[in-house]
Amino acid sequence: MNSFFLILVVIGLSVAGYAVGRARSVFAAAGDVRILHSLPSYYGMFVALGCGLPAILLLAIWLIIQPQIVDHMVMSGLDPSIMPQNADAYSLMLTDIRNLSSGNATSREASPAIVAATERYLALQSIGFWSMVVGVVCIAMLGLAWARSQISRNFRARNAVEKIIRALLIVCSMIAILTTVGIVLSLIFESIRFFARVPFFDFLFGIHWSPQTAIRAEQVGASGSFGAVPLFAGTMLITLIAMLVAGPIGLLSAIYMAEYANPKFRGIAKPMLEVLAGIPTVVYGFFAALTVAPMIRGWGEGVGLDVSSESALAAGLVMGIMIIPFVSSLSDDVINSVPQSLRDGSYGLGATKSETIRHVIIPAALPGIVGAFLLAVSRAIGETMIVVMAAGLASNLTANPFEAVTTVTVQIVTLLVGDQEFDSAKTLAAFALGLVLFFVTLGLNVVALRVVRKYREKYD
Amino acid sequence: MSEKKKMAKSDASPASKATPPNATPKMKGDKVKVFYGEKQALMDVDLDIQPNEVTALIGPSGCGKSTFLRCLNRMNDVIDICRVEGKITLDDEDIYDSTLDPVQLRARVGMVFQKPNPFPKSIYDNVAYGPRIHGTAQSKADIDEIVETSLTKAGLFGEVKDRLLEPGTGLSGGQQQRLCIARAIAVNPEVILMDEPCSALDPIATAKIEELIDELRENYTIVIVTHSMQQAARVSQRTAFFHLGELVEVGDTEQIFTNPNDSRTQGYITGRFG
Repeated sequence: MNSFFLILVVIGLSVAGYAVGRARSVFAAAGDVRILHSLPSYYGMFVALGCGLPAILLLAIWLIIQPQIVDHMVMSGLDPSIMPQNADAYSLMLTDIRNLSSGNATSREASPAIVAATERYLALQSIGFWSMVVGVVCIAMLGLAWARSQISRNFRARNAVEKIIRALLIVCSMIAILTTVGIVLSLIFESIRFFARVPFFDFLFGIHWSPQTAIRAEQVGASGSFGAVPLFAGTMLITLIAMLVAGPIGLLSAIYMAEYANPKFRGIAKPMLEVLAGIPTVVYGFFAALTVAPMIRGWGEGVGLDVSSESALAAGLVMGIMIIPFVSSLSDDVINSVPQSLRDGSYGLGATKSETIRHVIIPAALPGIVGAFLLAVSRAIGETMIVVMAAGLASNLTANPFEAVTTVTVQIVTLLVGDQEFDSAKTLAAFALGLVLFFVTLGLNVVALRVVRKYREKYD
Repeated sequence: MSEKKKMAKSDASPASKATPPNATPKMKGDKVKVFYGEKQALMDVDLDIQPNEVTALIGPSGCGKSTFLRCLNRMNDVIDICRVEGKITLDDEDIYDSTLDPVQLRARVGMVFQKPNPFPKSIYDNVAYGPRIHGTAQSKADIDEIVETSLTKAGLFGEVKDRLLEPGTGLSGGQQQRLCIARAIAVNPEVILMDEPCSALDPIATAKIEELIDELRENYTIVIVTHSMQQAARVSQRTAFFHLGELVEVGDTEQIFTNPNDSRTQGYITGRFG
């Protein structure tokens, strides 16, 4: 038996509570449910929630707090002679005890004191667990009994249930928001640690990127160099290439889909175009690395250009293909939402279809199209897999699309892949880069959404 | 009777009497049938539109009057499932002839819609739109002149002359509708079709548009669809009553409203149905 079964028990009690509440309300109404304030199912829901919610809440809190209390009790119960002196030794010993208690081999031979502590640990855990079971079940029963006692003919169960449900909805949305806040905060704190080692302006405006830090002081290149400009430039270059591909193709295909295509073709082609958005980016990545990049290099050799086998062009082209659906789908939506009356007005003046599109529809849809482009740009900047596979790692500061460049996302990946200590400038640099990336894409998204919304207001 | 036609053109005083039926019609509908998919929306409509007159099309909702109006400049072509049979002529030229370009037709037969639909451009650009796409104006000065005369004819110039470069969508509903009329006039059409031009406007704006329609009659042939029988009586010289896709009766407005031949017309104008 573990916590999972306990949850099942609570759910079972809630279901029973529902039946009890429903039956009780029908009984209170003496069989004539019309005189009740709410439908019987609301009374059932009220009892179920009254039974389940506090119990689940208690369970969650208990599961969070119990390990800490147990750890503390075990460690403070140790013989003072083997009491660890510093924090590192403390956590090491705790890990030993935990490993031993779950039956894993430990790094060292366990001393009798540790074995004793382990036994104590297991005992405390078992006590904690069983008291939790008792506590949760008691709370569930008490909640059930209390909620049932509330039921009377005039009790406003519907209002109460709806209030509780609204609170649940708020909690759910708060979880999403708080997670975002947590991510941002962790980025900010780690970045602050990074900027304590590398000056802020050296990072933002330095033009040399070589994120190596030495293990021993006398190593070559010990200091490392964290000028992120080549990364920003590489990101911009690839994004630019991607937008040069996706912008025209996406917009023109959107115009075709929205204005010219017959419904049958549109019904087939539009979902197919949107399939592009569903292809995993890693697939695009190896398509770029294994097919497009060698092809471009082959062409380059054919016309006497020196093209490296990992080029910004290959990554940019494939990324452009990937973001076509973002441009075309959103543009298609805004073009479709241009009112028919504007088209009629233009046709009524003797304008042709293409004149109408150029002079009326595109200007009317322009804010939305700009919004679509900005969203696509922010998508391109944040894209990782394609550039990791196709753009390379060389932090060249160049505008030549035939050379290998590297991007912010690629560097974050390489900095955090493999064995890392979490306190070197090298690792922390990833957080600083992530922070920059976050603010750029956040800014683009905010502007884009604002533009799109402004446009929507105009015609709705 | 071409004398009479010329008279009407030169004579500025509004003639309240309709042109006699034997004058040469500007547009002529001959056994016009319209189908939306399988459904027939118009049955064998024969209707002549006399020059320099306001012809009002009245009838209950869904009777086909807007459909007929939209046939006159082939706006129904925009709707995929719509099919038109029969013959409609403009100055004895078949407008559904395969050699005729609907784009050119619409330059000759302009349209004003139920809901004011100015383009999201400046007032100036809204009016200059037609002349620009048709290339009728060569220089900036030409366009300036067309914009000014069109706005003046639409009775809007005085109100907007200081803000020609502001968006047309910022005007009031009535001003927007007059802007749309100015936009239609700027192409210099021969016929102007109006599809319930006042139904989205308040009474004061409606009165202004009606006044404008009466003035425009001097230079243009106007066909107006309206739900308001008072409006039809006020602005039109001829009235056609549609019911269930049929043209029930057409005649001088005065006769239709005082002494209709058909009992259905009688019923509709006295408010017994529709």
